[in-house]
Amino acid sequence: MIQLVLTLIIYLILVIPVGRYLYHIAAEKRTFADPLFDRVDGAIYKLSGIEPHKGMNWKQYAMALIGTNAVMTAIGYILLRIQSIPLFNPNSIEGMEPTLAFNTIISFMTNTNLQHYSGESGLSYLSQMLVIIFMMFVSAASGYSACMAFIRGLAGKTKDNVGNFFADLVRITTRVLLPFSLIGGLLLVWQGVPQNFSKNVVVQTMEGTFQVLAMGPVAALEIIKHLGTNGGGFFGGNSATPMENPTILSNLIELYSMMLLPGACVITFGKMLSDGRLRYQESNSPGNAPVRREGITARIFGKEGRSIFLGMGILFLAGLSLCFRAEQQGNPVLAELGLNQSEGNMEGKEVRFGIAQSALFTTVTTSFTTGTVNNMHDTLTPLGGMVPMLHMMLNCVFGGKGVGLMNMILYAILAVFICGLMVGRTPEYLGKKIEGREMKLTALAIMIHPLLILAFSALAVATAAGQAGITNPGFHGLSQVLYEYASSAANNGSGFEGLADNTYFWNITTGIVMFLGRYLPIVIQLAIAGSLMKKNYVNESTGTLSTGSVGFAVILVFVVYIFAALTFFPALVLGPIAEHLTLLG
Amino acid sequence: MNEPTNKNAFLHGLRQSLVVTLILLLLCGFVFPVLLSGISMVLFPSQANGSLIYINGQAVGSAYIGQDFTEPYFMKGRPSAYNYNTYYEDEQGNKYYNDGSRFAGLSSGSNNYAPSNPELAERVEADIQSFLEANPDVKRENIPADLMTASGSGLDPHITPASARIQIPALAASSGLRVEKLEQIVQDNTKGKFLGVFGEETVNVIGVNLDIAEAMGLLENKDK
Repeated sequence: MIQLVLTLIIYLILVIPVGRYLYHIAAEKRTFADPLFDRVDGAIYKLSGIEPHKGMNWKQYAMALIGTNAVMTAIGYILLRIQSIPLFNPNSIEGMEPTLAFNTIISFMTNTNLQHYSGESGLSYLSQMLVIIFMMFVSAASGYSACMAFIRGLAGKTKDNVGNFFADLVRITTRVLLPFSLIGGLLLVWQGVPQNFSKNVVVQTMEGTFQVLAMGPVAALEIIKHLGTNGGGFFGGNSATPMENPTILSNLIELYSMMLLPGACVITFGKMLSDGRLRYQESNSPGNAPVRREGITARIFGKEGRSIFLGMGILFLAGLSLCFRAEQQGNPVLAELGLNQSEGNMEGKEVRFGIAQSALFTTVTTSFTTGTVNNMHDTLTPLGGMVPMLHMMLNCVFGGKGVGLMNMILYAILAVFICGLMVGRTPEYLGKKIEGREMKLTALAIMIHPLLILAFSALAVATAAGQAGITNPGFHGLSQVLYEYASSAANNGSGFEGLADNTYFWNITTGIVMFLGRYLPIVIQLAIAGSLMKKNYVNESTGTLSTGSVGFAVILVFVVYIFAALTFFPALVLGPIAEHLTLLG
Repeated sequence: MNEPTNKNAFLHGLRQSLVVTLILLLLCGFVFPVLLSGISMVLFPSQANGSLIYINGQAVGSAYIGQDFTEPYFMKGRPSAYNYNTYYEDEQGNKYYNDGSRFAGLSSGSNNYAPSNPELAERVEADIQSFLEANPDVKRENIPADLMTASGSGLDPHITPASARIQIPALAASSGLRVEKLEQIVQDNTKGKFLGVFGEETVNVIGVNLDIAEAMGLLENKDK
């Protein structure tokens, strides 16, 4: 309990400087490292013909993002298919089967990292590097780019320029992801994560038997897997395996790497909006009106960022508490066998992490949509396993690579709309009127996610090909299906890994869900930003709902819960809740 | 005039996409992992190569990865879905796990049994039975849960201190070592919480067994 509180307090301290740094990158302000990075970026721009200061409107930006992702996907697919070539392939791994390669490449391009293969037997080192590690960098950078464009749109410096996609992609990769990865990667090696290109080692044990030990460039993959909220493991057992996550310290490094950037995005959002507001106020009152000094949290997070961060924080803590409590209770079935459950539900968990760090990791990985696991989610107690599922269904509790923030803004728009209806005013958010077009787009974007999850789950349980994947009997079988599609649609990538999912049916359907779940919302969200930035600021009046307040954070939490309860509650009752009741009964 | 400009804009966009992809592919997919390997090999050579444990110049395991131990005088770790990738070979070169089933090749993970899955209860019950046979002094309700449940990775090198202590009487009987000696060995291989707060107390089973083997004088013989 104390370690959970301390872990989160350290996070709050760490996220502030990272948020500041990211804000400087997004707003193109000067940082201490500019002399170096300006040169690197300049060389890349020159080689590829990028004009960094040539702005794009939201449509051009979305097209550039999708086009570039398409090129990356094509190259990655070819590499997976020909990975059997004897180049960085000391363990003689075969080429990948087409539907699995299709699923894998979409999975990594969309930052989902759902894995229907096991890394130790399915990928050569060449693929791990040129496909997986590469994709982990660029899919995260693509997501953050979209988020920056979205924020620029809302902050409204100009009427249609949301930035240059290529410049954003390069800047985030060189100034954030690569330097952070190098430092974090070294720390992980120090803790015992292997980083080499050797063949797997076979040792003879003290008993005369043999043991095969996995090798490879694990640390390089491991750090960007978390930093980019990617989540796909080098090995089948993901971050539960000691080669990926050997100590409690490596566990904390991985935990913070995945929490920092999504939190920093919210700070970037808050600060850029404050800037926008300030510009507007200054241009309206040319006289030297005294600038009101704001409180410390408002200065760190920005007023609008603060309420969003608080709302996300409340949702996160509620989930964490439930998961932790449920796991602590242990498994009633084993208690009946006479196995003492005071240690909690230890099946599928590592001793070095125990219940507390496992429950925290589980909640973080699904809230920040990373998908890495340090314990097996399929073996969680029903209610403990419902929390990760629910957070992927909400998909806005911090969320990964900037996209979670964009989703949360949609809920904020929904919240001001509902509040506006109650008092009979035109709703406003961030100083802009929310009207028909924005509401239609918001409703559409919010509807896609449950539609993908529920419709495809229905398809899976209705067909023999879908049912064939289920490996646990009873209500838990439905949970496995729901979890898989929630994970795909939320671009999370963790799994109830018991699901036998390397089949044509599962490879193709989850591939489709990941693709739609990634690109449809991004395009719609950019469209909303594009539409809002064209509007003029409206003056605040006494009737304006203050969206920077604690009250608004609470409203936001309720809107998110009510919405999720309405859409997903029936499915959750049939899955985890029913399993929970049968375990007790 | 639109047609040629559109085409040019498209080609220009394609060029940017293609070249930036190739540059990032080289930078992130090749330069970064190679650079990290290089620095790691200089700063942390042992860790970068998998933290192997050497006895008389021979690697016998890794400090961070558990092994499947069967000898009665060795401490037992947790159940593993993949038997810790430990196997033996028969004359024809077929590979088997210690329990006699076929070796599945290098793997990691768990059986993914849901709490409600009857196979979980069956496996745990069977493991409790055999543990009670091997440790006749132990009462069923005193067995710590981590010793009877499989880890997430199938490679967990650790057990809790309680799970280590409970095995000591039987280990003393079969190894011929004194109880105090074994307690000392467990103590030496116990790691506390990080900064006294984070994580859990752990006992490294392979470390314990190396010390047991050394105390029994098995390591010298092994070399021949």
